Amino acid sequence: MIVKWAVGVLEELGRFVLYWGGTVRGLVRRPFRYWLIIEQIEHMGVKSVPIIALSSMAIGMIFALQMIALLRPFQAEVITGMAVAVSMARELAPVITTLMLIAKNGSAMSAEIGTMNVTEQIDAMETMSVDPVHYLAVPRIIAAVIVFPVLTLLANVIGVVGSYIIGVYVMNVESAAYLDQMFTGLTPIDVISGLIKAAVMGYIVALICTYMGFKAEGGAQGVGNTSTTAVVTSSVAILIADYVMASLMMGWYF
Amino acid sequence: MVLLSAIITVSDVHKAFGSLVVLNGIHVTFEEGKVTTVIGQSGTGKSVLFKTMIGIMKPDHGEIWYRDTSVTRLSDIELIELRRSFGYAFQGAALFDSMTVGENIAFPLREVLGIRDRNEQRRRVSEMLEWIGLPGIEGKFPAELSGGMRKRVGVARSLVTKPDVLLFDEPTTGLDPVLGETINDLVVRVNKELGLTCILITHDIQASFRISDKIAFLHEGRIAEEGPPKEVAESNHPMVKKFIENSFSLLEV
Ligand SMILES: Nc1ncnc2c1ncn2[C@@H]1O[C@H](COP(=O)(O)OP(=O)(O)OP(=O)(O)O)[C@@H](O)[C@H]1O
Ligand SMILES: [Mg+2]
Repeated sequence: MIVKWAVGVLEELGRFVLYWGGTVRGLVRRPFRYWLIIEQIEHMGVKSVPIIALSSMAIGMIFALQMIALLRPFQAEVITGMAVAVSMARELAPVITTLMLIAKNGSAMSAEIGTMNVTEQIDAMETMSVDPVHYLAVPRIIAAVIVFPVLTLLANVIGVVGSYIIGVYVMNVESAAYLDQMFTGLTPIDVISGLIKAAVMGYIVALICTYMGFKAEGGAQGVGNTSTTAVVTSSVAILIADYVMASLMMGWYF
Repeated sequence: MVLLSAIITVSDVHKAFGSLVVLNGIHVTFEEGKVTTVIGQSGTGKSVLFKTMIGIMKPDHGEIWYRDTSVTRLSDIELIELRRSFGYAFQGAALFDSMTVGENIAFPLREVLGIRDRNEQRRRVSEMLEWIGLPGIEGKFPAELSGGMRKRVGVARSLVTKPDVLLFDEPTTGLDPVLGETINDLVVRVNKELGLTCILITHDIQASFRISDKIAFLHEGRIAEEGPPKEVAESNHPMVKKFIENSFSLLEV
């Protein structure tokens, strides 16, 4: 039983590593289809701006509210701006952005490729001398590595604005002190580490979700199942990756 | 046996899905510049045979030759190159549903022939749509077409590069008799005028007798009968006889 299960897991892992290798080779293989990357950036990036803005605004506001409630008894609420900005930059913005993009684009990636797979469109592509991994997966992976950090940066800015609105206008923290604390506390390293995380997570998400798409079989239900698996797997994977990266980056912050 | 002009040779090909044996030792040759039809009951593995010929399915055993290249021994990258010589129209059309009809047909122009010039693409696409009797539908998406229209667009897409070998998987199934004739005529035309090798699967026995140079009858995982239409018509194989009798008895009604 256990042996069989372990063999299954190893096989799956093997297939995934092979797929990974294929996408890496695809990065350097001709032709370079830049228009597909642009299409994906638009699809993934531009169209996700509203949802990312909304969720990071909400997180910034809620987090500010909670911090102030916590810090007010110590009369330390001026550091809320810094606390929000730093945690957004290092952790919250990349993680929230990534989870949102998994829900919105990761599942779509896997469903699109999955549908093409079960309707023989992938086979058709192969008969026309096109490597489907090169044509479908590589542009999505490149786009994700670009889009995730850019949207994370946006989430940072909007989250901070949200926290400022709550801190200064709702909870009446003094504006100058709030901003002063924030700008002294937040360093470029905080922001950069978050952006690196976002790029790595984007890579992981696109890799897993496209892989699952190519695995889909057995009609609409199969496509549904694999995209659910894609969402769950990539969510877990990015949280693990986040922990690993956070541990590795700890030294940067002191 | 002299294999002077065989462009594709299928040799002892076996293919099973789990316990379901589909191809059980297929031997068949397809001659260059000829029209060959593969007929047989539904579910006997005609489509599977086509897919193994172009390498999108790997046979469990046996070999397939394209001229003097062993398709079954090629690496994935070599297969991609080889497929430039092929056109494949899928049974279910398999159009890219995120692209318009025009983009679908232009896809192999760009990817197989490397034609980047938009005007040249447009010209060839509209010529193809003319050929299949659907002029002017470049801007439509596959979801907006009827099944028969999709099928014909699939044929156009496989034909647009004018490849050496055309594999048509049931190009006329689901079309009305008049349209079916248009496609059969198209097959004859590209075969005669351009000299392309056409291999098709069909359930239209009468048409296959009319347009083929050779017919191969697939039954229970093997080729039960193969040869020019005249020979096949006189076959003693019970299943072949049944097939032929059933389709021609319709005429006498
Ligand atoms: N990918 C696959 N996985 C499992 N079984 C398959 C697969 N493809 C085909 N089969 C099985 O192989 C058999 C032959 O299928 P195939 O599509 O080649 O039939 P066919 O001769 O083309 O029939 P039709 O005339 O109805 O198109 C069928 O029983 C089918 O269930
Ligand atoms: Mg079939």
